[in-house]
Amino acid sequence: MSGSGDRAGRLARIVAAHSHREGPLLPILHDVQAEFGCIDAEAEALIAEALNLSRAEVHGVVSFYHDFRSSADPRPEVQLCRAEACQARGVEALVPAAEAAAGQRVRLTTVHCLGLCGAGPNARVGDALFARLDAAALVRLIEAAA
Amino acid sequence: MKTVRIADDALAIACGADAVAAAFARAGCTVERVSSWGMHWLEPLVEIDGIGWGPVRVEDVETILSGLASGSAREAGAGGERAPRFPSPGEVGQDLCIGRIADHPFLARQQRLTFARAGRTRPLSLADYAATGGWAGLRRALSLTPEQVVAELVRSGLRGRGGAGFPAGIKWQTVAAAPGTRKYVVCNADEGDSGTFADRMVMEGDPFALIEGMAIAAHAVGADRGYIYVRSEYPHAIARLEAALPLAAAIVAPFAIELRVGAGAYICGEETSLLNSLEGRRGEVRAKPPLPAVSGLFGCPTVVNNVLTLAAAAHILAEGGAALYQSLGTGRSRGTAPIQLAGNVRRGGLVEVPFGATLDELVHDIGGGTASGRPVKAVQVGGPLGAYIPPGRFDLPFDYEAYAAADALIGHGGVVVFDEGADMRALARFAMRFCAEESCGKCTPCRIGAVRGAELLDRIAAGGRGADPVEALPQMHNAPGAGRSRAEEVALLEDLCETMRFGSLCALGGFTHYPVLSALAHWPEDFA
Repeated sequence: MSGSGDRAGRLARIVAAHSHREGPLLPILHDVQAEFGCIDAEAEALIAEALNLSRAEVHGVVSFYHDFRSSADPRPEVQLCRAEACQARGVEALVPAAEAAAGQRVRLTTVHCLGLCGAGPNARVGDALFARLDAAALVRLIEAAA
Repeated sequence: MKTVRIADDALAIACGADAVAAAFARAGCTVERVSSWGMHWLEPLVEIDGIGWGPVRVEDVETILSGLASGSAREAGAGGERAPRFPSPGEVGQDLCIGRIADHPFLARQQRLTFARAGRTRPLSLADYAATGGWAGLRRALSLTPEQVVAELVRSGLRGRGGAGFPAGIKWQTVAAAPGTRKYVVCNADEGDSGTFADRMVMEGDPFALIEGMAIAAHAVGADRGYIYVRSEYPHAIARLEAALPLAAAIVAPFAIELRVGAGAYICGEETSLLNSLEGRRGEVRAKPPLPAVSGLFGCPTVVNNVLTLAAAAHILAEGGAALYQSLGTGRSRGTAPIQLAGNVRRGGLVEVPFGATLDELVHDIGGGTASGRPVKAVQVGGPLGAYIPPGRFDLPFDYEAYAAADALIGHGGVVVFDEGADMRALARFAMRFCAEESCGKCTPCRIGAVRGAELLDRIAAGGRGADPVEALPQMHNAPGAGRSRAEEVALLEDLCETMRFGSLCALGGFTHYPVLSALAHWPEDFA
């Protein structure tokens, strides 16, 4: 299949771009996930081959870290901080409204701390951060997430 | 035309600073994006000729500028402290004036060394950095022998700011003395503790100070490569460092620094787990010994220091820096502590004061009590693994040994304030769940103990439990047949906490007893 051949080529280019690094696996995994939305079994096998690791070793790393996914999820993601400082500022009270607004369309995930702890509740969409959220602002954020 | 200074720190941006900056630019002002003063309740904070307004919304811009034109702002500006504001419609910009920022009571009580540039410089301006004493520490360090640099650091009394409080100079000395031609300097910027943001503020606001500190460490121990490991939850800090490292590369050469991004694992803030992650492995904790100072990254002697430790090294190595640092503080906690006021606090932000400040001063005098206006119920000091401290103990001085004696820890200096609405059993349960979720899985007390701990807290809330079918079997002679009472469940929880404390490999399992048992000890009514 030309599709998977192209995929292998893109993967090989990502691996090559990091091959000069010491301990290149995490930078490679970040780039693969950014490119393909996930690190699936096929990608694991190709990366393992290129780095002279077993697939089990690569899979062990992929499955260890919260950021890495083994299957793509095309839905937009909204990360809501539910750590202590945001709890102290009332984030738990916003959760039901947020879950209702997210429904099945938006992937609402929990993050533990975005480092904006004097101005919570806080959320992240992509690389954009949002602070001082109330229920209405959070719902607007979730509805606008694309 | 007026020059308007607005922070481009992640918190300011999350509060709308970009739109405010654009509005000032549209009005014809010159906008300078600077680091944040760390007065987070006032962000976006706008500074014009030293006078501040905050928190500013786009619709306040015109009011501020017209007030300036009529000359009334300076009079309004003389007022000093104002109540923090949760934006409500109909307020006008003039109400937002806080007077001369540098004289604000929140800052006037502080002694900023590591954060001396906060609010004052453009983070990526090498000119601003050099004009404010930047590179003086590195220049002086390079004129000294590595032994002299280590001796200076030892003399300053600087202790690791990541949480453990280990004397930084001794660590450097160990790496310098360790045999090996290849050595590393690793900056731990995996600031995962809830309620902490000082590392983020250094990386975003004063990245060259961190780079300078790393270069000094490299000279002291004989390293030629360094890594900064930043958590992926800090996109702004990552972007800032990516921009800053090439700008400073020639200055710190031949020492070379590479940026690495974490992948959402809290445990990677533990130094050996971080090293495994850098090597491209699962972020599992390593048994110590060997210490990373002897066998760290790729088995080579490695300095692993927190962002704040390395940034402090930059000003400590400047002329007179070590003596000044040593002259501040209390007991064996020398120098200043960058404390982060967070959670339900009226004036949250960065507070750098000499060690010894009490929680009363921090939470009430500087922080202004709770944001909600309700009484303070508890503060958690030191992140998710720190103890909950009741107002009755707010006389506790900020000092490593004093906290240890009170069964608490300073950690990375986060102070999270809770009002009387806090449910301490729920927070204790959260601590166990957090440990379960973030455990690397290597040691049993942490991996299994945390799961069992959360279950125990649920059963305590339920008043104990009845006998299970196995216990009820006639051959189970030694099992208590009647289930367990709440008191027995509490005893079991305390026992479990002790096992986790003494049996875990690292601080995650080893410190989870702090939030759990402190909540149980000080607020038993929440567990009934």
